[in-house]
Amino acid sequence: MSAADIAGAALVVVGVLFFLSGTLGLLRFPDIYTRIHALTKADNLGLGLICLGSAVQSGSLLTALKLLLVWILVLLAAAAGASLIAQTAHERGIRPWERQE
Amino acid sequence: MVLFDLILGLLLVVLVQKCLSVTDLFGAVISFMAFGLLMAVAWVRLEAPDIALAEAAIGSGLTGALLFSTLGRLPHSEARQPIASRTVGSGPGYWLAAGFWWVSIMLLSVAFFLSLLELQAPGLGGYLQERLSESGVLNPVTAVLLNFRSLDTVMEIAVLLLAVAVVWSLGTVGWPAKQKLSLPLLVGLVRLLTPVFLLVAFSLLWRGNHAPGGAFPSGAVLAAASILLLLAGKTIRIYPLTMFWLRWVLAAGLLVFVLAGMSLMFAGYGFLVYPEQWAGTMILIIEVSAGVSIGAMLMALYIGGEPDFHAG
Repeated sequence: MSAADIAGAALVVVGVLFFLSGTLGLLRFPDIYTRIHALTKADNLGLGLICLGSAVQSGSLLTALKLLLVWILVLLAAAAGASLIAQTAHERGIRPWERQE
Repeated sequence: MVLFDLILGLLLVVLVQKCLSVTDLFGAVISFMAFGLLMAVAWVRLEAPDIALAEAAIGSGLTGALLFSTLGRLPHSEARQPIASRTVGSGPGYWLAAGFWWVSIMLLSVAFFLSLLELQAPGLGGYLQERLSESGVLNPVTAVLLNFRSLDTVMEIAVLLLAVAVVWSLGTVGWPAKQKLSLPLLVGLVRLLTPVFLLVAFSLLWRGNHAPGGAFPSGAVLAAASILLLLAGKTIRIYPLTMFWLRWVLAAGLLVFVLAGMSLMFAGYGFLVYPEQWAGTMILIIEVSAGVSIGAMLMALYIGGEPDFHAG
């Protein structure tokens, strides 16, 4: 295994950890707004790390650029999707969760 | 990787079970879309990227959009409320019946796998590779779809066109459709992504010659772009003149396909039997017209009725 392989694998593993924490947030957070927050933030970073890891492992510039494009497109779609869901929820009158004292 | 495949297969079965047993339709649609995405992964694992592309684009994406637009048309109570008649039984009769079916299905699956082992391993693959140079394209899947078994593809497109005719005959949809929410962000996203959608659609068409792609995935991407435009409220303007053109675009795929077949017949070759030196060009022309038509037909299905520009 070359150094690039190991570095790539390490990046992918870290990316998967971000996905896991995003999923944990989706399951455990109390309302729709906090869940969206957990999902988009953690998953987008996780996907970025996985793309970066795969790019390092591929060792080809063209593949790396394609992976970058994939990440950018997913970032756009996820950001827009999340804020559309939040906006629709807000307009339907779903109130953000507040800590019960 | 065997472990991965096993988990994937199990998840597929679980999702189907959830899709069928879940008591609200919204949840069923979500499970169905998740099933489509995982099915695409399964096709990748089976080294069938062509089918994976079609499954992801049509099976998960577009069918999901169609199901959601159907949900939107149902009366609110029907779409959201649990379905009372589907409550799961619990008496001994229920468990007896369920056990009987599970055992039968398991036995059938085992018998099916055993019969698969008996099959000749290479199938038609070797024969196809031998004749690939005559087909006019380099991708074996495209060679089968548009040359060796092109009659099947003609029929698929005809069925899709028939479906659009049936949906249009059900009634008209006021046009342009009224938008409930104003979503400026969606408009911005659509403005940014539409050129990307077009680029991907035509790249898929062009790649069909030598790599996974072709008319059906490309048409699905075109339809997805039009559906996003419709959702963003930038309603594609359909006025009397363009209604005329819309009808032609809808029919173009089938028309070009059948005309090509007929003219080959009159030239003495037989229906859709291409002469070798023309095969590549004819497949390209047929594939482009089919791709654009499929996009328009899928969009028409999503609109869910004949666009009526007087009502809007």
